[in-house]
Amino acid sequence: MSEFLQFVLTGITTGAIYGLIALGFNVLYNATDLINFAQGEFVMLGGLGFYTLGTVLGWPAAAAFAAAVGIVSLLGLLLERVALRPVKKPEPLTLIIITVGASIFLRGVAMRLWGKDPYSVAGLTASTEPVRIGGAALMPQSLWIVGIVVAFMTGLHLFGKRTLTGKAMEACAIHRNAAWILGIPSDRMVLLAFALSAGLGAVGGVIIAPITMCSYDMGTMLGLKGFCAAMLGGLGSHWGAALGGVLLGVLESLGVGYFSSGIKDAVAFLVLLGILIVRPAGLLGAAAVKRF
Amino acid sequence: MERQARPWIIWMAAVVAVLGLVAGPKAAFSAEPYKIGGVFSITGSSSFLGDPEKKSLEMAVGEINAQGGIDGRPVEAVIYDTEGDPTKAVLAVNKLISKDNVLAIIGPSLTPTTLAVMPIVERVQVPLISCAAGIQIVEPVKPYVFKTAQSDVLAVAAIYKHMQKHGIKKIGILTVTNAFGVSGRDQLVKQAPDYGIQIVKEEAYGAADTDMTAQLTKIKGENPDAVVCWGTNPGPAVVAKNMRQLGFGVPLYQSHGVASPKFVELAGEAAEGIRLPTGKILVADLLPDADPQKAVLKKYITDFNQRYGGGVSGFGGYAYDAMHMLAKAMKGTGGDKAKIRDNLEKIANHVGISGIFTMTPKDHNGLGADAFVMVEIRNGTWKLLD
Repeated sequence: MSEFLQFVLTGITTGAIYGLIALGFNVLYNATDLINFAQGEFVMLGGLGFYTLGTVLGWPAAAAFAAAVGIVSLLGLLLERVALRPVKKPEPLTLIIITVGASIFLRGVAMRLWGKDPYSVAGLTASTEPVRIGGAALMPQSLWIVGIVVAFMTGLHLFGKRTLTGKAMEACAIHRNAAWILGIPSDRMVLLAFALSAGLGAVGGVIIAPITMCSYDMGTMLGLKGFCAAMLGGLGSHWGAALGGVLLGVLESLGVGYFSSGIKDAVAFLVLLGILIVRPAGLLGAAAVKRF
Repeated sequence: MERQARPWIIWMAAVVAVLGLVAGPKAAFSAEPYKIGGVFSITGSSSFLGDPEKKSLEMAVGEINAQGGIDGRPVEAVIYDTEGDPTKAVLAVNKLISKDNVLAIIGPSLTPTTLAVMPIVERVQVPLISCAAGIQIVEPVKPYVFKTAQSDVLAVAAIYKHMQKHGIKKIGILTVTNAFGVSGRDQLVKQAPDYGIQIVKEEAYGAADTDMTAQLTKIKGENPDAVVCWGTNPGPAVVAKNMRQLGFGVPLYQSHGVASPKFVELAGEAAEGIRLPTGKILVADLLPDADPQKAVLKKYITDFNQRYGGGVSGFGGYAYDAMHMLAKAMKGTGGDKAKIRDNLEKIANHVGISGIFTMTPKDHNGLGADAFVMVEIRNGTWKLLD
C-alpha cells in the first residue's frame, strides 16, 4: 500500500510540472490559437536563468525567481515581435513551424551560454529532509511545486473569467477582427499572451530545477509532455491542463511501478494517441469545440 | 614564331626552378619524419573527449621528439576532427591513409566512430589504436585494431570485487536506457554469477528522467544489500537524491561515468558515501608511493596543466598511452606496418595513464581490473577504498 502511495505521490509531483507547462500552452492557445513548441525552451531558460542569478550571482531566491521569470517573459515578447509578427501570411501552420525553429535556436543559444553540463540548484526551502505521508516520502520542494501550480491555476482562472483583460484576451482568440472592431487592442492582447505563457514556462523551470537539475536540453521532453497534458485535458481549459498533467504523471509513475521502467515515455505518447482517436477535444475540452 | 615561343620557355624554366626549390630542401633531410595520424572528436558534443586527446597526442609527440625521435627519425602527427560523426571519421581515416600515408592511426574518440573506421584499417592493414571505451572494438579481436581506454567489463569487475570482499550478495541495478547504460547492464548481468552475486531487481530509467523514486521503491521492496546505478550525469545524481528521500540506506555504487567533481556538485549532500570505480588519474595524489603508475600520472598531470593551463582529465590519457606504446612498437621496424602491428601485440607492462598494459594476440586492450580503483565520496571529495 505504501508502495502504491509512493507511486501516486511521485506521479502528482511530476504531473503538477506537466500541468504548469500545459497551462503555458493554453494561455497562448486561448489568445492566439497557436501552439508554441518553444514552450519547453522557456522552461529551460527559466531554470538556467534562476541558476545563474541565484547560485552564480548570489541573489536572494525571491529576487532571482522574479528576475528569471521577468527576463523570460520579455523573451516571449521578443519572440512574437521578431519572429512571428513580421510573417506576411500568418497561417497557423507557418507560425507553428516558426516556433519549432525558435525552440531549436533557443536550445542552441543556451548550449553556447551555459555549456552542456547540467547544473544543480538549491530548493526554495533549505531543508532536504523528506516529508513522510503514510509510509511514502516526498521532498519539500514537491510541496512547493504543487502549491505554486495550484496558486497559478486559480489566479489564471480568475484572470480569465473575472477581469476585462482576461475576457478581452479570449475574445481575441474567438475572432481577432471582430474583437478589434469592438475596440479591443488585439495586438497588445497577443503580446500579453506571449509574455504570460513564457513567464509561466519560466516559473515551471525555476520550481522544478532543484529536483530535476537543469541543462540546455531539458526543455524538449518537458515541452512534449506538457503538450500531451494539454491535449489530454483539452486545449484551452485551465482545469483540463491541471487534470491532464496530474493524470499523465500518475499514469507514468504507475506504469513504471507496476509494469516496466522502459514504458515511461511511451505512456505519455500512447495516452496522446488514445485521446486524439477517442476524444480529440480532450477530457474537459468540449467547450473549445463548440466555440467555432 | 621564334619570338612567340620565348615566353613559354621562360615559364617552363620558372616552373622547373620552383619545383627544384620545393623538392631540393626535402631531399637534403636525411631523417624523414615518421607520419602518424590522429582522428578525434575535437569539436561537437563529445569535444570533452577529443580536445584533451588531441592535446595529449601533441604532447606525447613532443616528448618523443625531444628524446631524439624513433630510431633517430622525428615523429609527425597529422590530426583531423571527426566532430563525433562516423561519416566524417571514415573520410578522415581514408585521407590519412591515401593522402598522408600515415604508418598508424590513433583514435577515434567514440565507439560508433571507431566501429565505422575499423573495416577500412583492417582492409588496408594500418594499425589503429582507438581511444573509445566500447568492448565491441576489441572483442572479437581484429588483427589491426587496438584500444587504450578501459572498458565497462573492468569497471564492473572492480565493483563486484569490492562487493565480494564486503559480503554484499544481493543487489538491485538501475541503468540508463542508452548505449552506455545498456552495455553496463549487460556486463553487470553477465559477470554477477562469477562473484556469487544475485541481481534481485533490474530497473531502468530514461536519460532525461527527473524522478526515479518509482524504480527505487520497487528495488527497495526486494531488500537488496546494495544498489548499482549505471549512467552519466545528471541521472545518477537524481538517483542519489531519491534514495535519500526514500530513506533507502543501503550502499549505492555508481559507474565510472560519473567519476568527476561535477557529480559531487550535482548530488550535493546525497553524494556522501557513494562508491564508484575510477581511473587512477582522479586520485593520483592519494595513491601509495609504491604504485607504479603514480610517477607517470603525476608527470602527465603537471606537464599537461603547464602546457595547456589546466583542464587535465583521464580522457587525454587514452591518446597519450596510445602514442607512447606506438613509439615503442615502431622502434626498429623502419616503418613496416605489419611489424608495428606485431610489436604492438607484444607490448608488456607498459605503465600508462589508464593502467598497466600487457597486450597479447587475444587481448588488444591489455588492461586488468587493477586499471580501476574503488573510491568513496566523503566530505565532498574522494577517498580510496581497498
